[in-house]
Amino acid sequence: MTTLETSAPLTSEATLLPAWSAASPGRIAFRQYLRSPSGVIGAVLLIMLVFGTLFGPLLYPVDPVDIVGGPFSPPDAEAWLGTDYLGRDVLAGLIYGGRATLTVGAVAALITVIIGVTVGAFSGYFGGAVDTALVKITEFFQILPPLLFAMVLVTLFGPKLTTITLAIGAVSWTSAARLTRAEFMRLRNLDFIKASRAAGAGDGHLILRVVLPNALPPIIVSATLAIGVAILFEGGLSFLGLGDPNVVSWGRMLGQNRNYVLDAWWAVTFPGAAMFLAVLAVSLIGDGINDAVNPRLRRRT
Amino acid sequence: MTFAIQFLRRTANAVMLLLAVLVLNFCLIHLAPGDPVQVIAGEMGGASPEVVAALRVKYGLDHSLLEQLLSYLGKVVTGDFGYSYYFNEPVLQLIGQRLPATLYLAAASLIIAVLIGTLLGVISARRPNGLFSHTVTIFSLIGYAAPIFWTGLMLLLLFGSVWPILPVAGMADVVNPKSGLAYVADVARHLVLPSVTLGVVFLAQYSRLARVNMIDALSADYVRTARAKGLPEYVVIGKHALRNTLIPIVTVVGLQFGNLFAGAVLVETVFSWPGLGRLVFDSILRRDYPTLMAVLFFSAMMVMIANILTDMVYRWIDPRIRGGR
Repeated sequence: MTTLETSAPLTSEATLLPAWSAASPGRIAFRQYLRSPSGVIGAVLLIMLVFGTLFGPLLYPVDPVDIVGGPFSPPDAEAWLGTDYLGRDVLAGLIYGGRATLTVGAVAALITVIIGVTVGAFSGYFGGAVDTALVKITEFFQILPPLLFAMVLVTLFGPKLTTITLAIGAVSWTSAARLTRAEFMRLRNLDFIKASRAAGAGDGHLILRVVLPNALPPIIVSATLAIGVAILFEGGLSFLGLGDPNVVSWGRMLGQNRNYVLDAWWAVTFPGAAMFLAVLAVSLIGDGINDAVNPRLRRRT
Repeated sequence: MTFAIQFLRRTANAVMLLLAVLVLNFCLIHLAPGDPVQVIAGEMGGASPEVVAALRVKYGLDHSLLEQLLSYLGKVVTGDFGYSYYFNEPVLQLIGQRLPATLYLAAASLIIAVLIGTLLGVISARRPNGLFSHTVTIFSLIGYAAPIFWTGLMLLLLFGSVWPILPVAGMADVVNPKSGLAYVADVARHLVLPSVTLGVVFLAQYSRLARVNMIDALSADYVRTARAKGLPEYVVIGKHALRNTLIPIVTVVGLQFGNLFAGAVLVETVFSWPGLGRLVFDSILRRDYPTLMAVLFFSAMMVMIANILTDMVYRWIDPRIRGGR
């Protein structure tokens, strides 16, 4: 009789188990992500920043290029974060500038990853002469200091938002390429890839459908970090006067007001702090994703 | 013998890559919108068609592209990087004057970052979940995410107005010029804020790297063996575990020289440090292409030299590489 009693909870547990393991790898990773405190904090921070730039004008309807008061007026009830050297509202600048900065960050990171993954995938998958040639090209781009190279490109081709985005993407893909190459080389000789090839899969199918999905976790992490790097690059370029003169961005606010830092700390501190929070958010998200997809690191950090 | 061959191969490779940088420079200038002669004429405040034609002949722009490329390469090989109209000096001379300041800044920052970063990482690895370790982790996150020019401006704000104990601009005291040892001390004082600003970004990354690798190393068998042999803890950590922790740091340092130079440009702009960074800033402002291109070339060369040095440090730390490869 006692054996029957114990068997009852056992069966109910047995029905629960398949439901759990049937969850897709993506959902498991997502659940794992939500367990990482840095991932959650980063995601909340990024959502807040994005919402701020999207819906900020509803709460704080000030035009960022309007001169709303005297120059260098400190934060008060009129201009919550003060005004800059021309008397423009700093908070309004932050709201609108965030759109440009975050967009440049995201698009440039996308370009970085597309170039990097393409180069790395070809290099790692085909090996041989293709690999040698692509590694040489990567090596060449690696000796050019990325930000300096971007500065030269933007100076030569003109400071427009598209040029800036393309320049950032064009100079910072080498680490993504190296990473992808290493992953592809590691995966290339594994049995399940050989099995797909033996089953008649072509190179295109193998690269895109078989190897790439398995190489994705570290690529996603590096893509996240690339957003942060791109935001910093946009800031650095604008800081040196290479921002788009027709677009408000955090970097440009900082660059334009930097000579007056001792007169009006708010006009420099807040745009920089916004940039800092955005980069912090994406690197925390990167950490969270890393924790979620890389079980080996989970116990260590 | 093998070392000599490797060294020769590396040098040949380096020369090829640097030639490629020159070709890239040449292509970029020619791809860029706008006629260089018109730019020069514009800088001169407008010029008559005869002057423009004369300039075209003077710069060899009436020849074919290939001829122009070859003559450009020929000039560069003999040390002629062109003439800066804004500074009114040969570009090579300009760079020669400013390179040392940038090298001091980069070296000081790198030393700060590697020494303190490794130290913090090693200490926090001893108790990975302790208070110190968590503090270091949080600070390294902050250090990594803070834009370098912003950190610089915040330090400038702090030391420029609130707590004026350190100089915030220039490389030496110009009001009361010092000489001898006092001069060295003066430059060192001026170097503190720029090098800390630049160092913090890298320090943040190295401390993280050192922490993770040290935690790994401390759980490795060879550390257990060393402890079982009864070696004192400082030998176990300082000799056995540290060596293996340093290898990934050296790799990352080698990969980041480019970022170090680019970071120096931003930091120099903030603190008016008289290095290549200021030169880049001024040449961007004046559209001084010859100077800008030469700076790109020289920084690529510096990255190259730094990479070769990194390789040598590698061999010194890791005997497995020394054997062959």
